Amino acid sequence: MMPTRAVWMGLVGVWSALALAALGVCVGSTGFENLIGPLWSPASHPDQAAMAQQIVWEIRLPRTVGAWAAGALLGLAGAVAQGLFRNPLADPYLLGSASGASLGVAMALVALGGGAGMLGGVSMMNGGVAVGVFSSALWVRIGLTGAGFLGAVLAVLLTLMLSRGAGHTLRLLLSGVVVGVVLGAGTHLVLLFSPDSLQAMQAFMLGSTAFVGWTSATVMLIVWLACWLLAGLLARVLDGLSLGDSTAFSLGLAVTPMRAALVGVLALSTGTAVAQTGLIAFVGLAAPHLIRSLIKTTHAHLMMLSSLAGGVLLMGADILARGLIAPQELPVGVLTAVLGGGYLLWLMHRGQTQTGGAS
Amino acid sequence: MTRCLRGVMGWVFVCLPLLSYGVTVTDDRGVTVTFERSPQRIVSLLPSLTETVCELDQCHRLVGVDRYSNYPAMVQRLPQVGGGLDPSVEAVVALRPDVVLMATSSRAAERLQALGLKVVALEPRSHKDVQRVMMKIGQLLEVPDAQKVWRAIDAGVSAAAQSLPKSVRGTRVYFEVNQGPYAAGESSFIGETLTRLGVKNIVPADLGQFPKLNPEYVVRANPDLIMVGQRSAAGMAQRPGWAQIRALREQRLCVFPVEQANVLVRPGPRMAEAARLMADCLSAKASEKTPDAKGRKP
Repeated sequence: MMPTRAVWMGLVGVWSALALAALGVCVGSTGFENLIGPLWSPASHPDQAAMAQQIVWEIRLPRTVGAWAAGALLGLAGAVAQGLFRNPLADPYLLGSASGASLGVAMALVALGGGAGMLGGVSMMNGGVAVGVFSSALWVRIGLTGAGFLGAVLAVLLTLMLSRGAGHTLRLLLSGVVVGVVLGAGTHLVLLFSPDSLQAMQAFMLGSTAFVGWTSATVMLIVWLACWLLAGLLARVLDGLSLGDSTAFSLGLAVTPMRAALVGVLALSTGTAVAQTGLIAFVGLAAPHLIRSLIKTTHAHLMMLSSLAGGVLLMGADILARGLIAPQELPVGVLTAVLGGGYLLWLMHRGQTQTGGAS
Repeated sequence: MTRCLRGVMGWVFVCLPLLSYGVTVTDDRGVTVTFERSPQRIVSLLPSLTETVCELDQCHRLVGVDRYSNYPAMVQRLPQVGGGLDPSVEAVVALRPDVVLMATSSRAAERLQALGLKVVALEPRSHKDVQRVMMKIGQLLEVPDAQKVWRAIDAGVSAAAQSLPKSVRGTRVYFEVNQGPYAAGESSFIGETLTRLGVKNIVPADLGQFPKLNPEYVVRANPDLIMVGQRSAAGMAQRPGWAQIRALREQRLCVFPVEQANVLVRPGPRMAEAARLMADCLSAKASEKTPDAKGRKP
């Protein structure tokens, strides 16, 4: 409707991401601490500059970029899910795909570890190749992403099968919840067979960006770019679907294959984010709502904007998680759940008092 | 002489319950529990309490343990009644124990008491606690030489500390409990052992016992040596920025196999052994001035 406004908001999203990235580089284990200064003039303190360079370049920057990419993936997934199922409550969590992805990741770890008790602890026996949930070797990251993707696809298909299609909202959400709970229990069951890794995996399930390095960040950025392009190409079908299946068909769109492709995008973006950062709640739900409360626009714009919003949200949450009780850290997933949940409640409350119904 | 007398009295209590005054113990919840005679059938729901009972030579009184109690070997033959936090109440009751020893943090105590069982809840978290818990259990089981057993353990820790070469003192150590990364702080049980060994923990006491750290904090602190259980050790050098940490660069890494890791993390009578394990590793890895990375596996 108002492409200029959408472009303008997109610019706001990009600029706030850049501003937060600059802030993210300055927040670390000692709280706010500007390391850009020593980097700028390395001559004055050479040893400090080396340390600063290492911390900024190897720890803070990939972590900040990774948080943005994971948030962007989740925001995109949320927008796709909400458009695809014509339901404002749909998000990676409620459809069970996040639980499916984490089950996939857990099973892959146990399988790679050669069975019980070896989640993240085989490097001694494996010739120095680490297979851990926080490992940063490229093939591990890609393997875990694949496992997360598979798990997410299967979970969404299972949800759709149980609800007999996406037509009936209540049935869809109910089966999504059921699949989520069952697969979540499945994850715990898998972990029960490797009790020593329970704590490490628990940290992972609360959502953590602590060990995101360049490998993880790159994997996420590449997948995000692919998913975003694909979703942009398929946006027309979402616009059509928002007017009903028959309208979409009458517009001459190949609805069925396009829908399947969108489910693929949803699963791939969710699976990738979960495989790198664990379960991070509410970003996928809150980002599209945030955008929709600000602007009415086409799905192409909505998906792009909520992706940007998701990135900014998670990046901000990550900075808070690092800074609030430094040098200790809050699990970022807990923080997003509190903030995102609070925001959604506020949005619903506002919607009720203004228009008499939840937005 | 006194000890001998107390020993005799102990036997009198055991053999002549009708004439005894009974045993009264106040546990860590502040609950006072009275027994007509020293309990003969014990269920222990915490590995460190199991080990304490056995260290006092009363292993034969145990009739059941939790699933994590695995030392000494003979307790592995006992019926397991679930975990400390999630015991099978039915299985505990079926063993007809005179007393159930468990952690204060478990919610099961009230349920077991409601079913008529006597519960003594103890929570060993520090070196001092280990001593206190040992005295309490000694009192409960009427073992006269609990004090002596404790002194031997305490002496073992001191001996481990003295065995260390001077060059090791002041080594800056990071002890990772698991990959969160959760660290063992100075105020934790493990941290106390490290302090007694004369090394410096990079995680100060004011961060709490087991804080979840920002990984950057460890890179910054740049420890000389890292201690970690085998299961958390994988891929440490591949964590973003960690390859530059001195301990990893110079291969000063103590990786404890599962069995040893159990010894290290349990606040119980094996704390002298724990101190020795850490001391062995410290003198092997930290004292060498020029590291040879070649041929040395972490």
